Amino acid sequence: MQKVTASQLIDRAAALLSDGSVSAVLGWKQGEFDYDITPAVFADEQALRDAFVWNDFCGANFSKYLLKATKKVDGKVLVFLKPCDTYSFNQLLTEHRFDRDKVYAIGIPCEGMADIDKVKAQSGDGIVSIACGETIQVTTLYNDAPVSVELADVLEERCANCKSKKHVAYDELLGDEGDVLDSARFDEVAQLEAMTPDERFAFWQEHLSRCIRCNACRDVCPACTCEKCVFDNPASGVENKAPANEFEEKMFHIIRAFHVAGRCTDCGECSRVCPQNIPLHLLNRKFIKDMNDNYGEYQAGAEVGSRAPLVDFTLDDPEAADVLDRRG
Amino acid sequence: MQVNGEFKPLIVAFCCNWCSYAGADLAGNNRLNYPAEVKIIRVPCSCRVNPTFILRAFQRGADGVILCGCHPGDCHYTSGNYYTRRRMAMLFSMLDYLGIERERTRVEWVSAAEGAKFAATMNDFVAQVTALGENKRLEDLRCKK
Amino acid sequence: MQRIGVFVCWCGSNIAGTVDVKAVAEALSHEPGVVFSTDYQYMCSQAGQDMIKASVAEHHLTGIVVCSCSPRMHEATFRKTATAAGLNPYMVEIANIREQCSWVHKDMPIGTEKAIILGKAAVAKVHLNAPLTPGESPVTKRALVIGGGIAGIQTALDIADAGFKVDIVEKKPTIGGKMAQLDKTFPTLDCAACILTPKMVDVAQHENVRIFSYSEVSEVKGFVGNFDVTIKKHARFVKEDLCTGCGACVDKCPMKKVPNEFNLGMDNRPAIYIPFAQAVPKVATIDPAHCNMLKNGKCGLCARVCTAGAIDYTQQDEYVQEKYGAIVVATGFNPISMDKFDEFAYNQSKDVITSLEFERLTNAAGPTAGKLLRPSDGAHPHTLVFVQCVGSRCTACAEKGKEYCSKICCMYTAKHAMLVRDKYPDVDVYVFYIDVRTPGKNFDEFYRRAVEEYGVKYIKGTVGKVVPENGVLKVQASDLLNNKQLHIDADMVVLAAAIEPDRSARPLATMLTASMDTNDFFTEAHPKLRPVESPTAGVFLSGACQGPKDIPETVSQAGAAASKVIGLLAKDKLMGNPCVASSNEAMCNGCSSCANVCPYGAITYEDKEFRMPDRTVALRRVAKVNPAVCQGCGCCTVACPSGAMDLNGFKNDQILAEVDAICK
Repeated sequence: MQKVTASQLIDRAAALLSDGSVSAVLGWKQGEFDYDITPAVFADEQALRDAFVWNDFCGANFSKYLLKATKKVDGKVLVFLKPCDTYSFNQLLTEHRFDRDKVYAIGIPCEGMADIDKVKAQSGDGIVSIACGETIQVTTLYNDAPVSVELADVLEERCANCKSKKHVAYDELLGDEGDVLDSARFDEVAQLEAMTPDERFAFWQEHLSRCIRCNACRDVCPACTCEKCVFDNPASGVENKAPANEFEEKMFHIIRAFHVAGRCTDCGECSRVCPQNIPLHLLNRKFIKDMNDNYGEYQAGAEVGSRAPLVDFTLDDPEAADVLDRRG
Repeated sequence: MQVNGEFKPLIVAFCCNWCSYAGADLAGNNRLNYPAEVKIIRVPCSCRVNPTFILRAFQRGADGVILCGCHPGDCHYTSGNYYTRRRMAMLFSMLDYLGIERERTRVEWVSAAEGAKFAATMNDFVAQVTALGENKRLEDLRCKK
Repeated sequence: MQRIGVFVCWCGSNIAGTVDVKAVAEALSHEPGVVFSTDYQYMCSQAGQDMIKASVAEHHLTGIVVCSCSPRMHEATFRKTATAAGLNPYMVEIANIREQCSWVHKDMPIGTEKAIILGKAAVAKVHLNAPLTPGESPVTKRALVIGGGIAGIQTALDIADAGFKVDIVEKKPTIGGKMAQLDKTFPTLDCAACILTPKMVDVAQHENVRIFSYSEVSEVKGFVGNFDVTIKKHARFVKEDLCTGCGACVDKCPMKKVPNEFNLGMDNRPAIYIPFAQAVPKVATIDPAHCNMLKNGKCGLCARVCTAGAIDYTQQDEYVQEKYGAIVVATGFNPISMDKFDEFAYNQSKDVITSLEFERLTNAAGPTAGKLLRPSDGAHPHTLVFVQCVGSRCTACAEKGKEYCSKICCMYTAKHAMLVRDKYPDVDVYVFYIDVRTPGKNFDEFYRRAVEEYGVKYIKGTVGKVVPENGVLKVQASDLLNNKQLHIDADMVVLAAAIEPDRSARPLATMLTASMDTNDFFTEAHPKLRPVESPTAGVFLSGACQGPKDIPETVSQAGAAASKVIGLLAKDKLMGNPCVASSNEAMCNGCSSCANVCPYGAITYEDKEFRMPDRTVALRRVAKVNPAVCQGCGCCTVACPSGAMDLNGFKNDQILAEVDAICK
């Protein structure tokens, strides 16, 4: 269960709206299903009271939404940031992607978000409603009584391997500040690295062959904020949609991971939104792990203005062959 | 590519203008042979090589891609090859992670004085890629067999 | 669609021996856009070039592919040919079918096949070539030298002698720098002032030189040939043009207890002062931190005694704007602070001094008028210990000192030891060293004389601790060659402190967008081949700001920097290289990745208004490349995530077209 309640957030947002400190609120509202929570902009208190949601399914990272919101809204935008979202927030500031003065950021603690697939594994399909409280109460078509599911048992992968409960950016913090965690997030990458090349190839072929090039991973990614994406740009030489050209069919994920390498904060949104459940975070984490191992620990977004490993160097960096040899 | 039943690899070599391309010229001046499978593309600096170029070469049928630049510390543009070193280390490590044979990619520092090294490097690389055979994996990565 | 002409050169038998040139010309004639294709024995000959020119006219060619030797050989030739034929020179591409084909392959069919592929790649590229015009920019024929030590003085003199205007900006009240503080100079032992001060006078009197003393560079804008510089002249409260340097004010000033920085605080000076007798400009300066008149309005004595009426307590800092074509950095060095080297008791005992302080102690114009006296009590010392490498070559103690060798210490310590033994044969002199490094003309001979003729006791080993006790300095040291511990009772200990770049260098480098190494020394455009140029065009390096140097080296580098400046200023305008990066503003995110990797500081950002699809106007930060500064490496193009940055002459689509042609 989350440590701050929706009503706390609504009250605070309403207060800031009414005293004119902010003129819009970036928050969550319910989508088609109870577990299908989507981002929304709220302009007044009534809208907040009607639709604002905060529960165990509010995974969306709002940092990227600030790009448009700060341009559209006169006055400040209030945004709620979970700890992992603050890293993306800082990274976008590093890249001068929005005007910090137009944002009022409230840090909120997060106990992790639930993965609906894991919930379904416990409750069964046919979910009619979900209520988040001490536990997650799931009512389905096939059960008389709601099934009670513990959040800790159904955490999203990125939350089970949470890298930080600490907010690295905010104007105001609700609840208590957490710590940067000693996360096991690179274990799966290490397991893959330990496989034979054939096994790795089979693993990725299995996953990447499911890609439908819906671009959801790109569209949600807070590092993918290009004015014009190379994959949409005829002049880039790599442009095209999935069916027309086999090129980025194969290369899309490699190029995308390379483009965000050093800028990716490992927020995990790509894997969360992938409709095909491709573990895309394993590509990004591979770059992060390699950069950490070879060029020193670096966490994108930990501070504003930091220099990413791929736009930096030292005189005695390892050679490409050494990087591969090190791992064997 | 199969020629008379024998596999001939297609190798794309990106060479920086100031050191490695000059090194390749020197190999020519000294008539040091290396296989014609190697085709050189001239770039001002190794740091001009976008990972996209390398992936594109593989996608269009290259069996191996080698990138040659000035030795670290000798870059005509002071620091270009240091960035190259990081970028290519990361890219090649990623390709390896996807199960693409690491022997298909290489970075080599070749100075303008190292004609012999250029020829030896190309001989070695071509032999290495020939031993691997055709590059199927990057082609097949998206296809479920 | 381009109309492309292909010209295949035989190069006698050099190419034609292993490549079937006619087959190549024939194969390439079928490539899209190729309207003419031919071969010739020597394409670079006058006849060959004439043929290209005639073909351009006859076939209305828009692009040319020459299949020949390396572009490093004749690209310039064929570009000129194209220009003569009325084409843009950048519409030419070379397929290197000699060095990279006919000379390295023996078999005719194989060579021919490869030559055709290389030709196809060149044709594919030329399709995407666009005419390029090098940018022209005028050159302001005036140079700025930052720093007025021997490096700056020599550079300024050499530039001025060549007939160009030069300004020197020196942050101290006088030029002269460190050399003015030195006593004798190795390896000739001539006095520093005797050889430096005439140069100071020369430079001050030179009609082409202006000196801004007590001034600093506060802003630099612009680029090679066109720098806009703001110089901040600190208020010295004395009108420079009226002051005659008579010194009456200095004598009368009642506030006499200000530590004298010229003598490194070993004696005092008044609040109004002239740093030393031969100062240039010889003008008094009031130190506002210590002047009673400026602090609380009580005094005014100097104004009353000044017959020239030069004192002006109301003077304000002044800003001067000037344009320059070239900037020379000559900001020099300082000894590092000894605060972190407690083991040598520098802060506990006045008798532990640095080598630069020792220079002042032995200098006839110094605090002891050149007599070697122990600073604590003015007694004649009997035992001197010199410690080498204090803070230099500190691999294990990087947080305390420097990893590099300071280069000058071995030689000046030999000089100090020799001078002491020469004047005071009764004084025992010990020198503790790691290695004695004496590369340089007559340097090793000099050191040998110190040991052999003057009996200086050189001991390979380190000093572990210096303890002041009952008026002596207990020196504990190890003698590595004899493997024993030594205990010496010394009267004075002299520390060869490592040298580091002046603190002003780092902010200056930022202003100039010139790169520095981790030790804050300026980096060269090329460590071997362009040692006096910064990677930033139009910025040159002179003296110890680039690395530790002795006087002869500094003067050589100063002259070399001057010659580079003269070469630049001699031009009326600069022709740029058109193969530079350029940013597509519509696609630029303004993320700064490109500027992070640019070695030349060629990329800046500006906020630009964009019309949005919904008819609103949005302000966005976008990158701008200065074509006069960009050198065309292309590093930024890969750092750019959106692909907004591209490189003229080597555009993404051009290189991809080559890849495609080769891999077809």
